[in-house]
Amino acid sequence: MTIISGKKREKIDRLAELAAREEERGVSLWQDAFRRLRRNPAAIVGAVILTIFVLVAVVGPFFVPYGPTDTMGIREGVVRVGQGLIPGHSAEHWLGYDHQGRDVFSRMVVGARQTLLVGVVSTLIGLSIGALIGGLAGAAAGLGGRWGRWVDATLMRFIDMLLAMPSLLLAVSIAALLGPSLTTVMIAVGMVSVPVFARLLRGSMIVQSHSDYVLAATSLGVRKSKIALTHVLPNSLAPVIVQATLTLATAIIEAAALSYLGLGNPDSAVPEWGVMLADAQPWLGIRPALAIYPAVAIIITALGFTLLGEAMREALDPKLRK
Amino acid sequence: MTGTDVLVEVRDLKVHFPIKRGVLFDRTIGHVKAVDGVDLRIPRGQTYGLVGESGCGKSTLGRALLQLTPPTTGEVNFDGVELTTLPAGKLRAMRRRMQMIFQDPMSSLDPRQNVESILTEGLHTHGIGGNRDERRKIIAETLDKVGLPRWALSRYPHEFSGGQRQRIGIARALVLGPELIVADEPVSALDVSIQAQVINLLDELQDSLGLTYLVIAHDLAVVRHISDIVGVMYLGGLVEEAPSDRLYTEPLHPYTRALMSAVPVPDPDVEDRRERILLAGDLPSPANPPSGCRFHTRCPWAQPTRCADERPVLREVGESRVACHFAEQIASGELRPHQVQVQIVRPEGEGEEPDVVSAPSEPGSFV
Repeated sequence: MTIISGKKREKIDRLAELAAREEERGVSLWQDAFRRLRRNPAAIVGAVILTIFVLVAVVGPFFVPYGPTDTMGIREGVVRVGQGLIPGHSAEHWLGYDHQGRDVFSRMVVGARQTLLVGVVSTLIGLSIGALIGGLAGAAAGLGGRWGRWVDATLMRFIDMLLAMPSLLLAVSIAALLGPSLTTVMIAVGMVSVPVFARLLRGSMIVQSHSDYVLAATSLGVRKSKIALTHVLPNSLAPVIVQATLTLATAIIEAAALSYLGLGNPDSAVPEWGVMLADAQPWLGIRPALAIYPAVAIIITALGFTLLGEAMREALDPKLRK
Repeated sequence: MTGTDVLVEVRDLKVHFPIKRGVLFDRTIGHVKAVDGVDLRIPRGQTYGLVGESGCGKSTLGRALLQLTPPTTGEVNFDGVELTTLPAGKLRAMRRRMQMIFQDPMSSLDPRQNVESILTEGLHTHGIGGNRDERRKIIAETLDKVGLPRWALSRYPHEFSGGQRQRIGIARALVLGPELIVADEPVSALDVSIQAQVINLLDELQDSLGLTYLVIAHDLAVVRHISDIVGVMYLGGLVEEAPSDRLYTEPLHPYTRALMSAVPVPDPDVEDRRERILLAGDLPSPANPPSGCRFHTRCPWAQPTRCADERPVLREVGESRVACHFAEQIASGELRPHQVQVQIVRPEGEGEEPDVVSAPSEPGSFV
């Protein structure tokens, strides 16, 4: 394989772009956005971080050297918490033991899967409920006339109620109501992002429904419901997709916060970065690294999602198109 | 215009937009009278040009005619069918026969649809062209008519130039085979060189397809070139309506005179010597239009009491229809223009006292 220098690659890219213009098929907005995304270094860094994270989360647990719940350190007498002895990294245990004598590296890898699961599922919950409410309200407000404004107002007052509560308090109340479990964390974190998605999609759809191409479709005689689905909705999705990527980052942090507060999975045998962070608290004096590992992992993952999200915002913004 | 075949007849059309205020509950505190009692007829196969300054309601009139903005009152009769009372389903079916061309071709095309999808949408909606091949044939013919190449079909709007985009907009309107096309500022967003192309295209299409146009524009030269009849709008109402050439050579209404005198003459000697009428003040607020004749606050020929008391109706003077009490006297020179005191008309309770406001110091100047 030959190594192509940066400059040469740029040239090839430009040629490819020219060739693409000559092509029979046109370039849709999505394709165009993807092209610009590929040229953005922030997007590439974000994508690389996320690829590593997802790979570790999906296949990592099959290759971990030790069981994440195996308290071998205590059994072997290496970890003696009473004497303040928690050994750090070694050739066998890359990141050392935790206070219960478990291998930290194995727990981090298995914890990645939990973290990804919580992030994705809670974002999906928030996105689907939020988009449903916001989409209905937006279509009703933009195209529905007097009756539509009523529907919109009713739905939005419900969203305002959710929005009025501080997000962590809302999540804590939901978690407290349903009892601590992983599902609870996902529902709680998801519910927190519902009003954001709903408001965003609604606002975006209202703006789009006042555009000329909607008027043009109306004058063609297209039904309003069809206009909402085929014209208004697809053109309103870009900010929602960006927000979903950014929400993945905050969802991971919020899930960690809930776990930290003891509202997460009560079965601490299943490692999760937030739980690990909480568990490390009493031992900060002896081995602060126990808190630093999950904290840094959370930060880097959140950074990856944020970088990609911001890059997508730029790529999808029609104003920034050449 | 009697005896000619009338395609569209508008009677006493009004479009009033409510002004809403209120923290908790919306309260209607007034109305913006965008269109306030317009009567017009568009003969089949002809072009009706609508001119007027920004905010005079010409675009709203066009949209209300197509029922895109619901009229407050009035009638719109399209080829014998009353549109304002038509049920939604029947109106949708009627839309096939009347289409619209927009000012900004970029914003009027869905950026996520390629040209083929843009053109098929209308065909699908009205069930024109049974199968795919037949639809393709119709679309290909339409592309030829507007002068777009075949490869345009798979492209997206952002890949075209402004003029080509406007052609796509025209193709979208044409593909349904309409009888009436309302063109709202069809060329004002285009370069001058492209403007000519698009106008000539509209002209050719009218000749070959027998289309009827309502062209809304503020460019007097464009309207003169393309129109058979021209209507001049001021503050929601028609002030004058005349055959195109007559309106330009012999404007009767004072407002039309002022508009026409703003058109430069391509001869420096004539340009230097000709009479120019500069209108004083701004367009009054359509939420609180002046009493009587809408134009009397800025009219250099305004006469005491009658102009302010009685709203003139369109009446026939020669070949023209004009809404001015004193059109004949002004035309014969019996009435002379006078200075105009600027009156600032505001919606009630809005802004400062009129005498505090700084107004143009030289209201009406006649060179």
